[in-house]
Amino acid sequence: MSQPDYQLSRNAFGRLVFVDKDHQVHEGIVPIRAFPMTAPEQGIALLNVHGHELAWIECLDDLPEAFRILIEAELASREFMPEIKRIDKVSSFVTPSTWWVKTDRGDTTFVLKGEEDIRRLSPAALLITDSHGIHFLIHDRLMLDRHSCKLLDRFL
Amino acid sequence: MQQNFYPAHSDAMLTLPPLWVSQVEAHLASEETILAWLEIDLDTRLRFSRGIVIATNQRLLAKMTGEESWHDWSYQQGLRLTCRDHAGVGNLELFDDHALLAHWCYTLAKDTGANRLITEFTQQLNSQLTGETQIQPVQVKCPTCAAILSSDQETCPICVQEAHIPPSTWTLFRLWRFAKPYKWRLLTGFLLMLGSTAATLVPPYLTMPLMDNVLIPYQNGKPIDVDLVTTYLSGLLAAAFLAWILGWSRTYMLAKVSERIGRDLRTTTYKHLVKLSQEYFGGKRTGDLMARIGAETDCINLFISLHLLDFATDVIMMSMTALILVSINPSLALVTLMPLPIIAWLIHLVRDKLRTGFEKVDRVWAEVNNVLADTIPGIRVVKAFAQEDREVARFRAANQRNLEINDRVNKVWALFTPTVTLLTEVGLLVVWIFGIWQVSQDQISVGVLTAFLAYIGRFYLRLDSMSRIVSVTQKAAAGTKRIFDILDHVSSVPEPIKSIHLPTITGRIELRNVGFRYGTRSVTRDINLVIEPGEMVGLVGHSGSGKSTLINLICRFYDVTEGAILIDGVDIRSLPVAEYRKHIGLVLQEPFLFFGTIAENIAYGKPDATRKEIIAAARAAYAHEFILRLPHGYDSLVGERGQALSGGERQRISIARALLIDPRILILDEATSSVDTKTEKEIQEALDNLVHGRTTIAIAHRLSTLREANRLIVLDRGKVIEVGNHAELMARQGYYYHLYQSQSRNIDTEDHLAELDPKSGSKGDRA
Repeated sequence: MSQPDYQLSRNAFGRLVFVDKDHQVHEGIVPIRAFPMTAPEQGIALLNVHGHELAWIECLDDLPEAFRILIEAELASREFMPEIKRIDKVSSFVTPSTWWVKTDRGDTTFVLKGEEDIRRLSPAALLITDSHGIHFLIHDRLMLDRHSCKLLDRFL
Repeated sequence: MQQNFYPAHSDAMLTLPPLWVSQVEAHLASEETILAWLEIDLDTRLRFSRGIVIATNQRLLAKMTGEESWHDWSYQQGLRLTCRDHAGVGNLELFDDHALLAHWCYTLAKDTGANRLITEFTQQLNSQLTGETQIQPVQVKCPTCAAILSSDQETCPICVQEAHIPPSTWTLFRLWRFAKPYKWRLLTGFLLMLGSTAATLVPPYLTMPLMDNVLIPYQNGKPIDVDLVTTYLSGLLAAAFLAWILGWSRTYMLAKVSERIGRDLRTTTYKHLVKLSQEYFGGKRTGDLMARIGAETDCINLFISLHLLDFATDVIMMSMTALILVSINPSLALVTLMPLPIIAWLIHLVRDKLRTGFEKVDRVWAEVNNVLADTIPGIRVVKAFAQEDREVARFRAANQRNLEINDRVNKVWALFTPTVTLLTEVGLLVVWIFGIWQVSQDQISVGVLTAFLAYIGRFYLRLDSMSRIVSVTQKAAAGTKRIFDILDHVSSVPEPIKSIHLPTITGRIELRNVGFRYGTRSVTRDINLVIEPGEMVGLVGHSGSGKSTLINLICRFYDVTEGAILIDGVDIRSLPVAEYRKHIGLVLQEPFLFFGTIAENIAYGKPDATRKEIIAAARAAYAHEFILRLPHGYDSLVGERGQALSGGERQRISIARALLIDPRILILDEATSSVDTKTEKEIQEALDNLVHGRTTIAIAHRLSTLREANRLIVLDRGKVIEVGNHAELMARQGYYYHLYQSQSRNIDTEDHLAELDPKSGSKGDRA
């Protein structure tokens, strides 16, 4: 584990503060995953408020524990892609259709505007974008229960 | 609905979600009124949860469902409420001078609520601190999203659009809208159908007396009554002829109507489609849309002219047959008709399966089309990177999926028809058994049994073809749904309900707190800008800074999410879209030339322009001379994208196009960036003619081309950060200065390279 040449901390305003090797302070930096879907653990960039890259992290595990926790917390507070565990019901099989779903972040409803908002990530994984642009993930549609599968199948 | 901006207690209470009303009421102090509220739908760990944040005239209140008590913050110096969003999640944060006090998360569905909350909170805070009692402007606002409505709008276009009501499943009946103009012809067709069907039912009826009165008596030793036979046989012939004539006129009449319905459907859909906003086209794939208008309408057309007609004939024939059968012999009729409910049930059973199946087939077919639509326009890239095989593989995969889904549908479908046939045979067997028994009991004559068998043969034949209607109906219903998907799509730049007409404008553009969001990404926010008539304004900034978005908003390709754009003091949303765009001349980075002559292309925005006008426009755009050099002058054909012309030439044609409509507002979107510096100079000269005396908004990557501008607006990440002319901005040494510096360095090297170019060219000779 190599010690990076910068310092990270969180200030009272809840912002991440980055101090580079020249002791220049950047407040409110944001970590961004380069491949949020295909390789979330690899390649994380730290950007300043202007969107310029300050540091590149090849792999989170390479970082000191404290930094890693800070970055992970920041990522967690920004990442919002509920994973659908079960589809309880849909209002209709024609779009726009309201879906009642159970996700890993609790139960919710959303409106699917059109079938084209269901994007195939791989043969089994789907990404559903709701009417407000929130992405819902289905990791493996074949692993869903029969009821959900049946409902989902009508839209594929 | 005239709503006061400053809501009374009851108003805000009324709109409060019912879940919270009692809790909030219990917690409010006396004299405390609610100004704005935001319902929270996420907790801070981003799990779905409920909560509420309320701004009252005394404090800020918040509570999540899981929590016991309310949190509150009274108005005091240093308090700040802000929001930011990322990937669909909004963060509402409350700060004081030293630290973050609280934060809440919500999905972007609640975004307008959050903005309203912040505005109300900030206003209230200011008034409490300064002790001023503010005089609020009375504005009509949308009750749910608080968008300011112009005085003539009664409902909020944004909220109306967001009413997600799924279309009814009885989509096919919606085709009635297109059939209505032809209702008299349809009625005639229907009467003809009744007649022709009745005529076809005569022959089996005549077999009964033929059998009982002629053949059987003959077998029993009586001579054949020739007169009787002639009567019966001429009856048969007449019935056949009648059926022929009626059948022909019926089919012709109804096919004619259905063709007309198809035509209207196609035209209406296309008309609706081209009027939809840019946003719609951004989200759809060309192949899919083309398939919908082409193939789907054809499918519906075929359905009406052929299948629906057949089906109606079948139904009529079956009910008539049933009537005749019952009138001849009720008990045999009962036995004969017994399999009918079973078959009907079977049809119903398969219906659902097939419908979903066919919808799937359609979707997968659109996918195949999309692969084509993606690759064929990009064929140069495909070839350049030698990815033909990859594209073929992609097509094969889509095609394979098509095959698999068709296979699955066919499995059900294939089983269906033979089952119906089997049931037919079984049904016939039942009639035979019961009939023979009845004949043996002397309850019926042989003639009656023959007639029954003749009828029933046709009857079940029709059932078989009727079962086919299931699939075609579902197919047509699916097609109709997809067509109505387009027709139901309300343009996100809706035509105003009561429009204001501005025949002439001066060209004063005002942007008020303009914000725009694309999906979850907020592209521009809080832009305030006034452009005076005749002024030339340059938009400057890195790519992605919101320049093009701003122009799209001014052209009303999209509507603003927040704020308003005013032209001569009138909200552009209250002007009819087409009328408004007539005032705008647009020159794009990639000039698009339609298939047709050059003259037609120049006159695109004003089809009735005279030749003189066209030439004048071409001269002013410095296009006249090169056009004359073309083999057919102004009548030269240019291809789909004007392939035969160079980039500079195409651009000058598009400038001439903009000049011809003589717009008050001119928009140049990177008009010179796709050409080399020499061509740019030529285009620039053409543009100088165009710009003269018009309100001009120009985007240019090369800052040197904007030096003529009266003012430069420097944008960064969706916000205006600097405004001024070139000299002022240079003197300020800010963002623009750095941008200019870094560019002029690049341009130096570019010129340097240009000098080197001949040398490298001569070096290239050895190759």
